[in-house]
Amino acid sequence: MQYYLAKNYLDEKKVEWNSMRDGAGRGIAELGECKKNMVVLGADTIESSRAKEFADKFPERFVQVGVAEQNLIGVAAGLAYEGMVPYVVTFAAFLVGRPWEPIRSTVAYPENHVVLVSSHAGLATGPDGPTHQMTEDITLMRCLPGFTVLCPADAEQARRAVKAAYDIKGPVYIRNAREATPVFTTEQTPFEVGKAQVLRQGKDMTVIGHGYMVYWLLQIAEDLKNKISLEVVNLHTVKPLDEKTILVSAKKTGRVFTAEDHNVVGGMGSAVAEFLSQNHPVPMKLHGVYDVFAESGSVKDLWKKYKLDKEGTKKALLEFLADKT
Amino acid sequence: MRRVSIAKLEQKANEIRQDLIETLVEAGSGHSAGPLGMADIFTALYFCVLKHDPKRPRWPERDRLILSNGHIVPVRYVAMAHAGYFPKKELKTFRKIHSNLEGHPSFKKIPALETSSGPLGEGLSQACGFALALRMQGRPFSPYVWCLTSDGEHDEGMTWEAAMLAAKYRLSNLTVVVDRNNIQIDGYTEDIMPLEPLREKYEAFGWRVLEMNGHDMEEIISTLEESKAIQEAPVCIIANTIPGKGVKFMEHRYEWHGVPPGKGPEDVVPRAEQVQEALRELRALGEKIEAVDHD
Ligand SMILES: Cc1ncc(C[n+]2csc(CCOP(=O)(O)OP(=O)(O)O)c2C)c(N)n1
Ligand SMILES: [Mg+2]
Repeated sequence: MQYYLAKNYLDEKKVEWNSMRDGAGRGIAELGECKKNMVVLGADTIESSRAKEFADKFPERFVQVGVAEQNLIGVAAGLAYEGMVPYVVTFAAFLVGRPWEPIRSTVAYPENHVVLVSSHAGLATGPDGPTHQMTEDITLMRCLPGFTVLCPADAEQARRAVKAAYDIKGPVYIRNAREATPVFTTEQTPFEVGKAQVLRQGKDMTVIGHGYMVYWLLQIAEDLKNKISLEVVNLHTVKPLDEKTILVSAKKTGRVFTAEDHNVVGGMGSAVAEFLSQNHPVPMKLHGVYDVFAESGSVKDLWKKYKLDKEGTKKALLEFLADKT
Repeated sequence: MRRVSIAKLEQKANEIRQDLIETLVEAGSGHSAGPLGMADIFTALYFCVLKHDPKRPRWPERDRLILSNGHIVPVRYVAMAHAGYFPKKELKTFRKIHSNLEGHPSFKKIPALETSSGPLGEGLSQACGFALALRMQGRPFSPYVWCLTSDGEHDEGMTWEAAMLAAKYRLSNLTVVVDRNNIQIDGYTEDIMPLEPLREKYEAFGWRVLEMNGHDMEEIISTLEESKAIQEAPVCIIANTIPGKGVKFMEHRYEWHGVPPGKGPEDVVPRAEQVQEALRELRALGEKIEAVDHD
């Protein structure tokens, strides 16, 4: 599969930087043009979670519930029962953390087609601190039967994911970060829900990421190409898991490294480990937020301290490589 | 005598506002409107009403001050620094890595904050827990439990769940103060989710309701004290405040909810001048208070 990434995408200075929340907001507004049964619900964060473009364009199909996330979910479920397609947009911690049980009972259990679109996922949220840096959302959403969990790699992919979610006739969660990160996919890059993207072929180790982490992994693969051949996988759909692609790659390389801006407990790495441990056990390293609440700080400082930048991720990968047990 | 001390408190509130501006600017992010609007109430609490001891932050007899709307914590940090909880220079670390002064309050880092907060609507429930615990421990009158909330977080059902519980258990050792500044992030509260009639809602829930001008120091102090004396029900104080109070170009504007000076709307004062203009206005106000104090 040829993925057509942006020109000179490995050069941080040449690649465009933009946030997934911006891409998602764009996608929502674009979709609103052609899908007349689409509605958007906001919870007093519409500017920073980027629901505003839709709200301004289609005020008659926008519902402002105020700071009331349980109500937000219940109202969305009711709209879905009557055939509307609600897109629910706010910060990840409050979108899926606060009303988790209502999501379970009113959205997941009856299989309502409700699309939850977050911003502020992960440590890439920055100075607001741990209450706002959502690092458990994948865990919470992927354990709900029937949910599709999408973790786009950049702004363009977020735009595509939001649009693709319209055709998934069940509950969907789309995870977006607040911070601007490199946009290395393009309008030409294929995007298919449920299909992991092998962005770079390799033979010595499989490295899997989602979100902006995929970009660091591509850079790391290039940096280390004379030392080790890394196969880079963008696992933008954490659920349903593309078992086939993961299995083929793990069989080829015999080792798997996962990286994500999310708690290692229950995240994407866990999903991969659950599958491989039962089907083709290989040595694995799960890199991410190591089951801690972080702290306030600039995104750059947080990435560095919590080893989520390129250097920190590379170091974790090299330690795993050196560990021959 | 009383008048002089009121003027001193007003002066203190003004200093706190100035340090708040500096703190936000140094951090490069954070909330301006809510904290400026609550500066007078925090001053009244930390410098007059609260029973507390900065040198013994976990003194068992201290009043419990629970901040539910955690995003206004910068004004609490500044008030606490002025009261002697930690050195003022620590304010420069606000929102930065390795700091105790988290963007939203962290109990583990500063136990004197009593709770962690930031996610809205969770404070009043916890305050009820504090009040119940003190009563169960045989201390139904003192320490007293103060819970500060915002109007926006009254959108959250959890706030009203707690309101019912407090009335059921007649938590007379609890007062909730509502920062009624009429703004939230996306606009004016009555446009985003109408709250009125707020007073009647609390009354219907079984509370005693007082109202005060949240910028009149004398009225703040007397209302807070009055609330402690009411024994038959929990008390709600609706504090009418002006978001951004003290900085004209921020006052009453929801656009200043979550940005520091230098990064706000530019229609009145350009970004490059916002910091200096804010400080200039506050200093001018400080001089006025000084003049009154000495006449
Ligand atoms: C549960 C939850 N949902 C959303 C937010 C995001 N948020 C932070 S402040 C705020 C506005 C609330 O209005 P208010 O507290 O009255 O704001 P202020 O008057 O201080 O501007 C919102 C929605 C949050 N902190 N917690
Ligand atoms: Mg308010």
